[in-house]
Amino acid sequence: MSYVPIADQPDEMHDPQTFITKYIWSQDHKVIAIQYAGTAIAVGVVALVLSGLMRLQLGFPDTFTFIEPAEYYQYVTMHGMIMVVYLLTALFLGGFGNYLIPLQIGARDMVFPFLNMLSYWFYLLSVLILMASFFVPGGPTGAGWTLYPPQAITEGTPGAGAGIMLMLASLAVFVVAFTMGGLNYVTTVLQARTRGMTLMRMPLSVWGIFVATILGLFAFPALFVSAVMMSFDKLLGTSFFMPAMISLGEVVDYRGGSPILFQHLFWFFGHPEVYIVALPAFGLVSDVLSTHARRNIFGYRMMVWAIVAIGGLSFIVWAHHMYVSGMNPYFGFFFAFTTLIIAIPTAIKVYNWVLTLWQGNIRLTVPMLFAMGFIFTFIHGGLTGLFLGNVTIDLPLSDTYFVVAHFHMVMGVSPVMVVFAAIYHWFPKISGKMFDERLGKIHFWGTFLGTYAIYLPMHYLGFLGVPRRYFALGTTDFIPQSAFELNAAISVAAIFVGVLQIVFFINIFKSLWSGKKADPNPWDATSLEWLTPDTPPRHGNWGHELPTVYRWAYEYGSPGVKEDFVPQNLPPNEVQMENPGEKYKESEH
Amino acid sequence: MSSLDIAESKNSQEFVEDWSADKQTYHVPWGKAMMWLFLVSDTFIFTCFLVGYLNVRRTTTDPWPYPSEVFALELFGHNLPLILIAIMTFVLITSSGTMAMAVRYAHFRDKKKVFWFMAITAFFGATFVGMQVFEWSKLISEGVRPWGNPFGAPQFGSIFFMVTGFHGLHVSIGVIYLLIVASKVRRGHYDKKDNYEIVEITGLYWHFVDLVWVFIFAFFYLW
Repeated sequence: MSYVPIADQPDEMHDPQTFITKYIWSQDHKVIAIQYAGTAIAVGVVALVLSGLMRLQLGFPDTFTFIEPAEYYQYVTMHGMIMVVYLLTALFLGGFGNYLIPLQIGARDMVFPFLNMLSYWFYLLSVLILMASFFVPGGPTGAGWTLYPPQAITEGTPGAGAGIMLMLASLAVFVVAFTMGGLNYVTTVLQARTRGMTLMRMPLSVWGIFVATILGLFAFPALFVSAVMMSFDKLLGTSFFMPAMISLGEVVDYRGGSPILFQHLFWFFGHPEVYIVALPAFGLVSDVLSTHARRNIFGYRMMVWAIVAIGGLSFIVWAHHMYVSGMNPYFGFFFAFTTLIIAIPTAIKVYNWVLTLWQGNIRLTVPMLFAMGFIFTFIHGGLTGLFLGNVTIDLPLSDTYFVVAHFHMVMGVSPVMVVFAAIYHWFPKISGKMFDERLGKIHFWGTFLGTYAIYLPMHYLGFLGVPRRYFALGTTDFIPQSAFELNAAISVAAIFVGVLQIVFFINIFKSLWSGKKADPNPWDATSLEWLTPDTPPRHGNWGHELPTVYRWAYEYGSPGVKEDFVPQNLPPNEVQMENPGEKYKESEH
Repeated sequence: MSSLDIAESKNSQEFVEDWSADKQTYHVPWGKAMMWLFLVSDTFIFTCFLVGYLNVRRTTTDPWPYPSEVFALELFGHNLPLILIAIMTFVLITSSGTMAMAVRYAHFRDKKKVFWFMAITAFFGATFVGMQVFEWSKLISEGVRPWGNPFGAPQFGSIFFMVTGFHGLHVSIGVIYLLIVASKVRRGHYDKKDNYEIVEITGLYWHFVDLVWVFIFAFFYLW
């Protein structure tokens, strides 16, 4: 039977005609990826500014009088929700997923480009709805990023009117947008791989994004349902999540609902969400480490199965976020057990990254620095996660800065390290220009050391018992004066790291404007996206013929081969050997 | 390698290798794969709704209304419990049958029959939604509201309107989807590439909506 890959049917391609169809209403996965990434980073900058304002209040209480308690809670809420959902999820899956999946598996585009385009426009709509909540009476919601009822929709909470409604509407639209994109990513990986690209030859980036998208398709429904039910509670006066209670001296009009139900639904989404962000990061960083260490990834199969195992386990650990909510003790036992099991596949991944570096011919480029920075921050955040996974240790630490430090180390700094590693790594392919190496290194060292200056002391504050979520600490016996001084120091470091990110944007724009032209394969990488006929790749990616894949994506430093890498699409008989008489022997992948 | 060979491979390693091989061994059209994925995702939405229902039914402090009284209908002087819902369920299950006929004739490229069976399916779907509108207006006229009702727990009305409304929305979208595909079938749109997969994909969606109804029926009306 003749072999026609799905994404290689010429009449399925929608060639752009005008500027508008090429760059705005585009169905090209690469343009959609850049639209996604640009929007996500722009909204991420808003969240970064909000965190700076929070740190100003925490570090120097009573100094910045324009920050009222209500506004502080609004900053907390919006910072958390934007960073987790609208920046990281959208950037990893909408941005890197869109850009890399078709290029790395050798497809011309996503299988359903029109739906892919709709996905971006719905995402933009959800962002606009969220941003609109800054401008409504009462401001955005200040319910905390977990939006727990009853307080989220009860009078007296900041933004309990229009703010929370816009937040819920925005989340529901985001879920719709994600579903449209996610169906495309999974189906493309399954159905549009080029000849020879078996699942076990795919780069780990694709594996991470693939499994994370499946998690998203199963986890976001819970968020959608809880958003729908809570907006009914607010708008129609139903009592899904609202118990009978007295608020501000008056009996509210609700009875018989279950606030714990919301927590279960929210965390059934919320915990897989951690891995929706982490798995793409795991995948991308594996590719960056392997390429710049000039070594094959250590234990490729184990890496794949670890991604799959973590993805599966992430659905049965959600209640470890609810140890202090009140649960049957046996539940706590079960969820602590499953939570700690996740440490096993995660540790396999960490060991394999380190072993990939072992005896490698490491090139300390900017993406490699960020990737190695990730290993440090991730080990840190992961180990404190083992503390918090135990019920008895979690109970005293749960409402302190220890949780803030753990969470930001493992899910804030680590994925952001990978975001920067990946942006620097693929920037030459995406833009066709090289970035400024010196500015990149300043950016790395400032960010890496700066984030440690922020979050390491927070662990200590947590052990002291300094509570999180407080607008101001006031005077209490158990919080010593030194804690206030430490808080001020943390704030200085946070503002420094925040401002330092300007270096990144200067580097990007300067390089786009006047960077030197990039080599099509500047890192001597093996995977397909570096082997496109044009840099940056044109619409349709591959010219007339799709590439054929002969091996996995990690053929670095093979014995006897002249160059230290063998591209995935190079036929075995064309591989140049050091000794011309010798014949190239294919590895088992 | 045919699907038969895959089923017969005794070794689990071989099985994994077959399924992880490149496109040549995995002949599922992308549209069908994508619809299956969507349906699994949608299953999670309905499951979350039903879990929410089970939960609030336990947490509410008021007694839960007795379904065979609430959903009874006075017909010809007899008080018949669940009669409307029985008819609705029958209509919807029948529409699954006519949809299956449409898929069968799509394999034979019998354009006319495909069109008519899809149109009949859409008609049954629209009938179902119409009867649901009748049921809703009857309940509303009896004083059932999302925030309360005269029969007992206020959550009864909230969850009933929410879940049947969400399902009714699925049926309505399905009717529109069916009519669009049916009219395209009649115009010969799918003859250009001789590709009638879309009929089967529409059928997947339609059967799913029917299957979900079976669960809603069991959970809301029989318990």
